[in-house]
Amino acid sequence: MAEYFLSYYTYWFIFALTVLGLYGMLVKKNLVKKLIGMTIFQTSVIIFFVASASKWNATIPVIDPAIGTDPSGYINPIPHTLMLTAIVVGVATIGLALALLMSIYHRYHTLDEPHLLQRMK
Amino acid sequence: MIEHNLPVLVPLILLFGALSTSLLGSWKRALAYPLALASVAAALVIAVLGLRQTISAGAIRYYLGGWAAPIGIEYVLDPLSAFMLTVVLAVAVLVFVHARTVVAAELQGRTVPFYAVALLLLTGFSGIVMAGDLFNLYVFLEISSLAGYALIAVGEKPSPVAAFRYLLVGTIGASFYLLGVGFIYIMTGSLNIADVAKILPALVREPPVLVGLIFIVVGLAIKMALFPLHGWLPDAYTYAPSSSSALIAPIGTKIGAYVLLRILFFTFEPAAVRDTLPVADIILGLSLGGILFGSIMAIAQKELKRMLAYSSVAQIGYIGLGIGLANPLGFVGAVLHVLNHAFMKGGLFLVAGNLRLQIGHSTISGFDDSLRKAMPWTMAAFALFSLSMIGIPPTAGFFSKWYLVLAGFENSNWIAIVVILASSLLNAVYFFRILEKVYLKSSKKGEGTDSNLPRKEVNTSMLAPTIVLAVGLLVLGVLNAVIVTEIIVLMIPSGL
Repeated sequence: MAEYFLSYYTYWFIFALTVLGLYGMLVKKNLVKKLIGMTIFQTSVIIFFVASASKWNATIPVIDPAIGTDPSGYINPIPHTLMLTAIVVGVATIGLALALLMSIYHRYHTLDEPHLLQRMK
Repeated sequence: MIEHNLPVLVPLILLFGALSTSLLGSWKRALAYPLALASVAAALVIAVLGLRQTISAGAIRYYLGGWAAPIGIEYVLDPLSAFMLTVVLAVAVLVFVHARTVVAAELQGRTVPFYAVALLLLTGFSGIVMAGDLFNLYVFLEISSLAGYALIAVGEKPSPVAAFRYLLVGTIGASFYLLGVGFIYIMTGSLNIADVAKILPALVREPPVLVGLIFIVVGLAIKMALFPLHGWLPDAYTYAPSSSSALIAPIGTKIGAYVLLRILFFTFEPAAVRDTLPVADIILGLSLGGILFGSIMAIAQKELKRMLAYSSVAQIGYIGLGIGLANPLGFVGAVLHVLNHAFMKGGLFLVAGNLRLQIGHSTISGFDDSLRKAMPWTMAAFALFSLSMIGIPPTAGFFSKWYLVLAGFENSNWIAIVVILASSLLNAVYFFRILEKVYLKSSKKGEGTDSNLPRKEVNTSMLAPTIVLAVGLLVLGVLNAVIVTEIIVLMIPSGL
């Protein structure tokens, strides 16, 4: 059992990170904290992809004469490149969310959800 | 030559339209609107050409950079995506024509960014329907979602709060989708939809694939606002500017439904979705719940746009019902309802925009029979949209419900049939409530008559799209047999 947990320890760590992010988004009362939760959640998905590409005894995907063209000697670069795009998407999301938070603060002068709901009535 | 490049032209035209609208618009503001309208119209022309081409000669595949799939990225225009693309852009053109007056009135000084972001929204939608691989689909999903959050956030005072909530929930949905794609990529080693569809049948009972499927379905259920994951929708649609809600409400959630169709029936095999996990049954159950919940909540609303938003929750339930029944008739019903509902809900939100501009509000208790005299054409169109929502032949709304009922018979699913019939009655309740005020009651009862705004019919650029959509419903209703036998039958995936 312990061996089972240890052999997948990266994925357990990522799972914990995902749950932590979701917890922040759903439970925290402050909108900025919710946004931080969202960032942790998105990052956990990114780490998941990158971790899935890791491989023992393999090197970066540039052909090395010493290894030859055997694909098992190289890391799969696709998840990394996919995640570059996903990071850009994440940055855009955070930027837009911060702009929305500024707009909310200008209109209601609070970012605390209970206060906000009171003032929206 | 041009036929071969059709798929890539649509998102490119819309993307460059968005860039040039914001650049030229910041130089001369008057240029923004004609440019935006021209881009959408050009994209629609190409989409119609593409639809004709795919019907006569089959799917068009475009390889970006000339790298063949599965290594390269491909855009696929098959009958289903060409149909969705045409519906999206047809509604968008009408909303853009309507938007000129409304946006100038509601968003003074912010018209240029509005049109640029609206074009980005359409870029995202057109990319989603044509993306040939799962990761590009995610990127386009996020492009359209980000544009959607921005379009919602420029509305009434509470709109940034509604947009922020939508952003949090929408990001959970998109990340779940991406996580699911990750699981499928780990197992299959491919992202190309056609390639994954070839590899998956051998792996479909592996736990990681099933976990991936669950993540994808939950993520898309959030994006399409399937009950009970619809919480973001009512506020977002209510507080958004009229043109934003008219653009997002008829198309946005349907795109989520389209992706669900693509994943369940074209990436996974329909049989696998029915047998390995009860995914189809769960979608069916949630849809039935959504139809009843949305209809009942719509009856309880006091504001027209909010009522329409809850009605959208119910209507997405019909599409989910067609997907969940997982038989050819259900598929036809779902796809036909995407088209019909795009026209109905688009038209209803245009009517709400007309009312807000002319009488300053769209609170139902403020409606009275002076509206009938002041805005005869808008209200006549509203009556026609209502009849179609209830499902009275020969309006289009009847026929998609008819196919769904037939699909229910085929699966002997009596609950589904009862729910469809009951929801038609509930629709009748919430629409006749308004029709009664406008057409039957005497004007003394109205509460909003003290408004100082002049009550008269809207100008032609707003009236024409409303009327076109209303008449379109009759045309679609009469032509539904042609649409089904000539176009939708071609889309039905093998094995369904």
